[in-house]
Amino acid sequence: MAAVIDTAAQDRWEKEVAAAPVRPEPPSTVSGVPIEPLYTRNSLDGFNPDTELGFPGQYPFTRGVHATMYRSRLWTMRQFAGFGTARQTNERFRFLLAKGQTGLSTAFDLPTLMGLDSDDPRSLGEVGRLGVAVDTLDDMRTLFDGIDLNNVSVSMTINAPAAIIMAFFLANAQDQGVDWKQLRGTLQNDILKEFHAQNEFVFPPEPHVRLVCDVIEYCAREVPQWNPVSISGYHIREAGSTAVQELAFTLADGFHYIDTCLARGMDIDDFAPRLSFFFNSHNDIFEEIAKYRAARVLWAETLRNKYGARKESSWKLRFHAQTAGCSLQDKQPEVNLIRVAYQALAAALGGCQSLHTNSMDETLALPSEHAVTLALRTQQVLAHETGVTNTVDPLGGSYFIEALTRQMQQQAGGYFEKIEQLGGMLAALEKGFFRREIADAAFAYQRDVDAQKKLIVGVNAFTEAEQKPLETLVVDEQVEAEQVASLGKLKWQRDAAEVACVLAEVRRVAATRENLMPAFLQAARARCGVGEIMNALADVFGRYSGVARW
Amino acid sequence: MAEHLAQNRAAKRIVLAKVGLDGHDRGVKVVARALRDAGFHVIYAGLWQTPEAVVRAVADEDADWVGLSILSGAHMTLVPRVLRLLKETGLANVGVLVGGIIPEDEVPKLLELGVARVFGPGTSMPEIVEFLKQNSGARHD
Repeated sequence: MAAVIDTAAQDRWEKEVAAAPVRPEPPSTVSGVPIEPLYTRNSLDGFNPDTELGFPGQYPFTRGVHATMYRSRLWTMRQFAGFGTARQTNERFRFLLAKGQTGLSTAFDLPTLMGLDSDDPRSLGEVGRLGVAVDTLDDMRTLFDGIDLNNVSVSMTINAPAAIIMAFFLANAQDQGVDWKQLRGTLQNDILKEFHAQNEFVFPPEPHVRLVCDVIEYCAREVPQWNPVSISGYHIREAGSTAVQELAFTLADGFHYIDTCLARGMDIDDFAPRLSFFFNSHNDIFEEIAKYRAARVLWAETLRNKYGARKESSWKLRFHAQTAGCSLQDKQPEVNLIRVAYQALAAALGGCQSLHTNSMDETLALPSEHAVTLALRTQQVLAHETGVTNTVDPLGGSYFIEALTRQMQQQAGGYFEKIEQLGGMLAALEKGFFRREIADAAFAYQRDVDAQKKLIVGVNAFTEAEQKPLETLVVDEQVEAEQVASLGKLKWQRDAAEVACVLAEVRRVAATRENLMPAFLQAARARCGVGEIMNALADVFGRYSGVARW
Repeated sequence: MAEHLAQNRAAKRIVLAKVGLDGHDRGVKVVARALRDAGFHVIYAGLWQTPEAVVRAVADEDADWVGLSILSGAHMTLVPRVLRLLKETGLANVGVLVGGIIPEDEVPKLLELGVARVFGPGTSMPEIVEFLKQNSGARHD
């Protein structure tokens, strides 16, 4: 790196910079990180490309987890979908597969996400509204009816009752004659970020983490190609965090799951290769790319050096990305198409393994078929027309990207130390540390927007008086009544004695250290509702209302 | 009565709550802080509140305003229940605000039912503060 710097040229440039006008707000990232006017080799003190970058597919994976990345195989285009009854969502799944989508991603409704049956009074008005209502194994069967689970990978976005939903999925696969060893897909199953940000938790943190690890342990043995957890920064970011907070808190969550699994006596290399990640792709292109690259390096270093993983696959951080819902606006909603396209570009340049592009109408309603098609087409244009897939890590070696990547790693390291000082993940969580950090960042951002220090097209700049409304999807009001009626019928028809028996078994196992998955599978087969099984668990675990921080 | 008390108090009191099951609390927490900074007495009732619990909080806290945050689409079920319960509890003069994702054609329906104002995505904090300063909190009867 000891090249001679042309000091005359540098002097001249510095004079020109000093004399030039600067826009009123000093340039900074979406997260408020100040950015230098120019990055040069001086920005990368002691940079060693052999050790800091290496080659793609090799430690520390800065440049990507695969040797050839998108030259061999494009990222999986996976649009999150679900609304109404299992039958309606099944139709949307088939529609998306027919349009060329290569994987499925399931959105559940709020009652299901919160572990409530559709006939629970707290579910009133929410059944089938934001996702599909799944109460029992029968709904799971309808959801994947006619879809070949041997060949289509399935992602399920669910957390608090994730282990139970996984049991429904496995029982259905078995009924369809699909070998569990062939199943590919991902269960989100990341409860820690629920406590930090998304607020879909039911039990206190410790038993909730135990459920996460029960799935990890069970799948490592029985469903080896399945990703039993998707450690998620997405929601942390949506709740208002900075990019560095998203990075640091997500990895810290991952480390906590590892610590919990190791404490059970599991071998790191038996489960680490199947831990997967989910990050946000926000508006600031370079900050996002640096975040993904820093995440890969930090994970690889920690898994190898701290946890002593020997398998290369344990070191690799594989991730799904979704464009930032919180960046979308209800004013001039078609402009969201443009935001999403840039965000998707950042995810591809950052080396994602799969991607969801948001639909332009998501601040108004669930996506219409027209909007979801355009969102998918955005990915197809990116993959097939722009050339970003032609070479691996096209920005590797950029002074700017490498400097940002380093900076992100250092700042994340600062957060890891802070969490340690607070007594570790669960202690920091109980103290409200994560919620406070995120709320502070969200407030600082809103203040900048209100003061027009950050401009948002159509909102605080370039506004239009007249708005042309978009056609949006309307969920049929009848869905709730239908779902409640069919659940009522099923509860009448099933074997009540068997239900009581399997729920007693759930309570018994919950009070021990045994893995709960076999008891959940039994309960699934007895046609217990998600809510009934969750209530049985709550009898043992208790419920948790969390700590409010604002 | 609440209005009478309000005149004798320095700060207006507002209960903010997430109603229903959705956990999107970024917006309501930012609003809570902005209103506190603007001199309001803010009571954040938190997540997963039922209409009954919200109305209980409004009564217990002797609030002038209640702000309901809903991004789940359940507003046409939940907001009318809050309004009805307020009325039944003799708190019809408490001003009701709704924030969140509300489809455009449903905004007039909520206003018709007695909601004072609906704040959607992209609303600035000064806009909310200004609205609360300009209005007493007694809109529906």
